[in-house]
Amino acid sequence: MDLSDLSALDELVGAVTAATAVAPVGARTQWEVGGPPPTGTSVSAPAGVVRYEPADMTVTVGAGTSFRELDAVLGQHGQECALDPVDGNATIGGILATGLSGRRRLRHGPVRDHLLEVRVVDADGRVVKGGGPTVKNVTGYDLPRLFVGSFGTLGVLGHVTLRCRPRPATARWFRVADGAHPGFRPSAVLSDGTTTCVLLEGAAADVRVQAEGMHECDPPAYLTGAHRGRISVAPGRVAAVGTALAQTAGVRWLAELGVGTVHVACDESADLAAARAIADAHDGWLLREAGGDDIDGYGRPLPNLALMRRIKTAFDPTGKLAPGRLPL
Amino acid sequence: MCWPESGAELAAAVRVARSHGRPFVARGSGTGLAGGATPLGDPVVIVTTRMNRVLDVDPQARVAWVEPGVLNLDLSRAVSHLGLHYAPDPSSQQACTIGGNVATNAGGPHCLASGVTSAHVLAVEVVLPDGEVAQLGGLEPDAPGYDLRGCFVGSEGTMGIASRVAVRLTPNPPAVATMLCDFTSIEAAAAAVSGTIAAGVLPAALEMMDARITRAVEDFVGAGFPRDAEAVLLIEVDGLADGVAEQVAAISDVARGHGARTVRIAADETERALLWKGRKSAFGAIARIAPDYYLHDAVVPRTKLVDVLRRVYEVADEQRLTMMNVFHAGDGNLHPLIVFDRREPGIWERVHDAGTEILETCIAAGGVLTGEHGVGIEKRDLMALQFSPDDLDAQARLRDAFDPDGAANPLKVLPRGSRCGELQRVPEGTWI
Repeated sequence: MDLSDLSALDELVGAVTAATAVAPVGARTQWEVGGPPPTGTSVSAPAGVVRYEPADMTVTVGAGTSFRELDAVLGQHGQECALDPVDGNATIGGILATGLSGRRRLRHGPVRDHLLEVRVVDADGRVVKGGGPTVKNVTGYDLPRLFVGSFGTLGVLGHVTLRCRPRPATARWFRVADGAHPGFRPSAVLSDGTTTCVLLEGAAADVRVQAEGMHECDPPAYLTGAHRGRISVAPGRVAAVGTALAQTAGVRWLAELGVGTVHVACDESADLAAARAIADAHDGWLLREAGGDDIDGYGRPLPNLALMRRIKTAFDPTGKLAPGRLPL
Repeated sequence: MCWPESGAELAAAVRVARSHGRPFVARGSGTGLAGGATPLGDPVVIVTTRMNRVLDVDPQARVAWVEPGVLNLDLSRAVSHLGLHYAPDPSSQQACTIGGNVATNAGGPHCLASGVTSAHVLAVEVVLPDGEVAQLGGLEPDAPGYDLRGCFVGSEGTMGIASRVAVRLTPNPPAVATMLCDFTSIEAAAAAVSGTIAAGVLPAALEMMDARITRAVEDFVGAGFPRDAEAVLLIEVDGLADGVAEQVAAISDVARGHGARTVRIAADETERALLWKGRKSAFGAIARIAPDYYLHDAVVPRTKLVDVLRRVYEVADEQRLTMMNVFHAGDGNLHPLIVFDRREPGIWERVHDAGTEILETCIAAGGVLTGEHGVGIEKRDLMALQFSPDDLDAQARLRDAFDPDGAANPLKVLPRGSRCGELQRVPEGTWI
């Protein structure tokens, strides 16, 4: 299918317009994140690369494109988009809508900083553009950032333009001793409380010099479990959260040091609830990613709830978009 | 006008204005180039320059809480002993405030690799247009719900006034190399910029200056720029020693491949500082050429730099205007600079017409209206060049959610009434 003009969004427009309740669907890799999966008519954005200019380091794709497909296209030109979802089947739209930053965020920034322009199908079926296709742009209000992490509740992502970057010449994981300096601007520092691993990227010689005294290791495994979530807490409080989690039997956790994201996984729903209580006690938020049937949303009212509700109403007066997905 | 000295006074000022049915406009140092802080109608002007304290610095977390009136460069100076700096560095950084930077989502030469202001603001405590105080965003990586912080940064004072800002601090790089490459044609320099990006190199900064501005700067500060060059590129790479060396080699190859006469690498910090002083003195230097200037700000894809720059000079020639270019070439952020004497009859019309045609050229090339200065008054009525009525309507809905009564910096950013691109002159007295 030719995606290069907006008629490629006609099908999505038709589906959104016809539905009374809209459930935007990507690859369902984050299907349970936040609230329960939305009910309503499933709608999907087109998949495929719309435009890629390697020399501009920007790429426009249908939001239904999988990360794996995008990564393969960029890789042919030695570039990447540092989104790093756990599951390569995740769609770009899904990654953006759930605000899912990858584990190299420490160096490459949150997912919201990778997005340049969006074309969104709004609740009335209009195609709305926000942002701009260039790497730098401050024209008008920052709709792209509004849509990142909005869980499809304000509009359905159709086409998105992302910033690319050169792939690092070298990327290697090392185990570091407790308290040891992890190097200059590492790409990730992950700790489960007993082992700390650092990802160093860049020129081969720089990585070698930085890694002196460290032992190379495999990338830390992603956590698995029926009940999962991610805690967002001020980076300065991660150590305290880790200590508390370590004392909670049944909770496995992996913290992104310097970022403040702590991934947790459990076999019992009650343990995820215990992890949430720990997050709450440290002014953090646990977002349910899977399972956790008896916990919902964020567990306590969102700050600035009235303002968020006004935004929701302004973009979706009838509440047809992803109903129930965000606790608004 | 009022000059609050604390967040509480700032909130009180907004409430008093609202209780008298008056809109309000926030103002920092007044260095903005798009008229965003220019009062229109009869607003209460709330000046933040007396709220100039760095409240808290956490070197471990690399976060500082600052008041909105803190000057950009003062913040970097305040944390330099910790080996940290605040990355966005507008050319006006000696004078502009962090609050103003947040309002305009300001950029600067070093935003090429590190991103503009929004990538460096973690949280903002704001006085909303109804006088309520709210914290948008947080020190945690993902504040729950909608990214209100992201909406607020760059909203040009139309969603409230920042009373405290939490900014991310960046560690100073262990190695820095600053390069000056000079070319015998502007096309060759522009092609070297595109070639550098295409070669997979993303420098920390990549600036271009044309012949006229290079000579003007050289006369003004004596930075050692070649006076006979048609264009120079000022390029900085930073990081660890070997990566820096690799990038310097790659950039040198690209530059020489595009006909660079010389590739000079600053030998020490003094030379490096002098080169940057030259770049950042550009707008002071041009005062020696003509009394007035109009500085534009637009972005084009980096692959279109050569074509768009050629057209920019043609437009100036057609309007018999003196055009200079000094800009953030690495991210395609053009700053066409028209110098003139406003006493010359009819010149305002020509300056204005040339500016509009340049912006139209940039949009036609797949670019945007503004890369770092903002929309303000200057480009409000040009918004339709980039956005459809539906796009503008969505932006208006977001703004109205923050400010249902239209009390915060009214008449800015979004065009009134007809959205058909009605042109408007920058009002008398706007500092451009």
